[in-house]
Amino acid sequence: MNLAILLLIVLFSTSCFFFGRKKIINITAANKIRMNALPDYYGYYLALWCAIPAVLILAFWTVFEPTIIKAFIINNITSSNLKEFNSDELNLIYQQIKALYLGNFTGTLTEEIRRGAENYKSFLSIAEGSKIVILISIVIVTTLYSYKKLINNNKAREDVEKIFKAVLFTCSLVAILTTIGIIFSLLFESIKFFTTINIFDFLFGTSWSPQRAFVRDATTITPEEYNELKDAFGSVPLFAGTAFIAFIAMIVAVPIGLFSGIYLAEYASKKVRKYSKPIIEILAGIPTVVYGFFAALTVGPFFREFGERFGLEVSSESALAAGLVMGVMIIPYVSSLSDDVINAVPQSLRDGSYAVGATKSETIKKVVIPAALPGIVGSVLLAVSRAIGETMIVVMAAGLAARLTINPLESTTTITTQIVMILIGDQEFDSPKTQSAFALGLTLFFATLILNYIALRFVKKYREKYE
Amino acid sequence: MSKEELLKKRYRAEKRFKFYGLTSVILAILFVLFLVNVIFSKGKGAFSRTTISVEVDFNTEKLELKNNPTNEEIQDTDFYDLSIESLLNVYKTKGLKEEKDLIRIFSPDYEIEIKNFIIENKGFLNKTAIIELTASDDIDQLNKGNYPRHLPEERRRISDFQLLIYDKLVEDNKIQKAFNTFLFTNGDSRDPELAGVGGSLLGSFFTIIVTLLLSFPIAILASIYLEEFAPKNRITDFIEININNLAAVPSIVFGLLGLGILLGTFDFPRSTPLVAGITLALMTLPRIIIPCRASLKAVPPSIREGALAVGASKVQSVTHHVVPLAIPGTLSGTIIGLAQALGETAPLILIGMVAFVVDLPSSPVDPSASLPVQVYLWSEQAERGFVEKTSATIMILLTFLITMNAFAVYLRQKFERRWS
Repeated sequence: MNLAILLLIVLFSTSCFFFGRKKIINITAANKIRMNALPDYYGYYLALWCAIPAVLILAFWTVFEPTIIKAFIINNITSSNLKEFNSDELNLIYQQIKALYLGNFTGTLTEEIRRGAENYKSFLSIAEGSKIVILISIVIVTTLYSYKKLINNNKAREDVEKIFKAVLFTCSLVAILTTIGIIFSLLFESIKFFTTINIFDFLFGTSWSPQRAFVRDATTITPEEYNELKDAFGSVPLFAGTAFIAFIAMIVAVPIGLFSGIYLAEYASKKVRKYSKPIIEILAGIPTVVYGFFAALTVGPFFREFGERFGLEVSSESALAAGLVMGVMIIPYVSSLSDDVINAVPQSLRDGSYAVGATKSETIKKVVIPAALPGIVGSVLLAVSRAIGETMIVVMAAGLAARLTINPLESTTTITTQIVMILIGDQEFDSPKTQSAFALGLTLFFATLILNYIALRFVKKYREKYE
Repeated sequence: MSKEELLKKRYRAEKRFKFYGLTSVILAILFVLFLVNVIFSKGKGAFSRTTISVEVDFNTEKLELKNNPTNEEIQDTDFYDLSIESLLNVYKTKGLKEEKDLIRIFSPDYEIEIKNFIIENKGFLNKTAIIELTASDDIDQLNKGNYPRHLPEERRRISDFQLLIYDKLVEDNKIQKAFNTFLFTNGDSRDPELAGVGGSLLGSFFTIIVTLLLSFPIAILASIYLEEFAPKNRITDFIEININNLAAVPSIVFGLLGLGILLGTFDFPRSTPLVAGITLALMTLPRIIIPCRASLKAVPPSIREGALAVGASKVQSVTHHVVPLAIPGTLSGTIIGLAQALGETAPLILIGMVAFVVDLPSSPVDPSASLPVQVYLWSEQAERGFVEKTSATIMILLTFLITMNAFAVYLRQKFERRWS
């Protein structure tokens, strides 16, 4: 339906374009005058006026229609019933009403659902009808208005360009809107969570087991219940596990990445560089779910068997396996960034060092790396932020039990693993368990934000130094 | 220490350092080869499937079918008795347990397979046909040599009797290997031998189309604004900081955004490519804007100045001259961004694309899986057959990614102009 309307609008505005152009050509020919802008711009002017308002309204309508209809339906249910429903039940009833309307209803049919479905149908048809009427009138009004302005308009090009720039600006605002959307959606649920669980108990508690948290009614929690509840949502083990796995990953990635970056930048011949760099960068292009599968299927069991041979007890979902594979994934980020950074160090510094008789490795160690240090630190920090935000490898290979441990052979869990485990499948909204995932997401968001900010500052400072 | 010794020591240090560098490069390359090798050696088995030849006697009287039945009439007929009878003819059995064992060497869809055969080959009505029926996962794995048949009976899922049947069938040449078309045409299934990536291929396709339609125009327009028109002020700085930060935000946070806003507030349909596409578009947008801006920046100012000098407006100089020259670079940046989006898993899990979907989706608003999520789902399954299915899915996914990246590189090399 929407697609058909959109198509009609596009068709109509295209014809407006040709109509406007033709009209202006006729006017100029008849009156033997020359307009300030090319005829095309008059066509664009008419077409844009015809299309943009209608498309905007259509988009808003499409986005908000379900929410408004839902509000109406729920209002109807609550006002016509004496029984009180909580929001979960209302949501369920609404889903059933929708299912009945769409014809894939399963379960027991009650009177209110049947009535609701009839209401739903009538609301939908009212909405559809009014949408079409409003859109047609908008198109007519804007086209007539712009047509009237068109004939006496000497500045069609300026006007069209203004609209064009406005569209460009709006598109660049999407990035800000996304950030606002992220912060809003995370904060909204997190604040609800922090009204039940004290933020300090969340940040500094040492026991995490949200599956134990059963809350019947969040508004009436006795102190004893709260004590039990806060033990389910202490996130220190998750922070520790995340940091630990990221640490293992960095132990793998930093030396290998840094050394291969140095080798490619300073030693490798052009040919070696040409072929080996893309191969290493394949590692960055492989989806993380593939690494996760690899870690869970090959690396984890390998470590377990290897450990058994030496009488060590290694969990098949060990922090070591996850960290190691994650380190492999991160190698190209470190290597290509440090390669770039080292290449940016001016040749004159090296020449000076060679001139006083230093060997190549001495030059690299004593001159190039100190000069490139801010850039290298920046790239390592960016790699750390990738490591703590990485999800699939740890979900598939690191285990679920939250425990404080520094034994790499045991299983640990991370922030991202817990977010996925809480939100996978159907979840009830408005339970502290679900909200805790958003609180974890907020923590993760800010942690990576700070890391990225510092890293970008380092890189920027470094760039300024040699420009 | 004499001068010579010191010099020797320094040269040794030099060699050592170079060796560390070379080792790291080789190590990194070995990781790539090892990973690819593991996946390919595990996954190649999934491209073939094992079939068992079964003789079926399509007697219309027994089936209670009229002469010259239509497709619908055949579809409505009960083939169960006929199927069981044909399957039991494969090997002599005694007692219910052995019969059950015999039937279990076939995949549970045998009745449908027989029905489909006769619908496509109506000439065999009232005649006897030899049909290749799909074998069960265990027999399939046994035939591919992945099944540990030397284990004692109570520790394997195949009974000794089934092994006996299998060996007899191999002897009679009744076990065949065929190309596994199910892998590409079927949706998900609980039985590994019937499970395919058809549904998730379509799901990924719809998702990427939605992502492309949303992210490409917005990204290119935004980068034109930032590179060509944006005044140097606080708003512009703020937009740039936002884009750079968003490019480094973990993907799972975008999943939370999709869950909270798209599903929670706006009530979009769950588990659908539409929501996945929007979420991934928001995620890829900054990752596309950055290369788009770089390729606009690479167009030399002389082009703009030339256009302005002959009387073009600023907008005309950009749309007529700068953007066409930057198009190859923007396209290759977009394709690389989309390839990343195609392999993304975590946000899709959060917006519910992990649902078990058997039917193939026919539009972006049908629930469906996607390729990377299918990898995750199958990797959690215990059956042996799913391990090779997972690896095969990864192979398909990697093929797409490599093709996309190669195309991006080709575009850049073929059409991008070097200005010097």
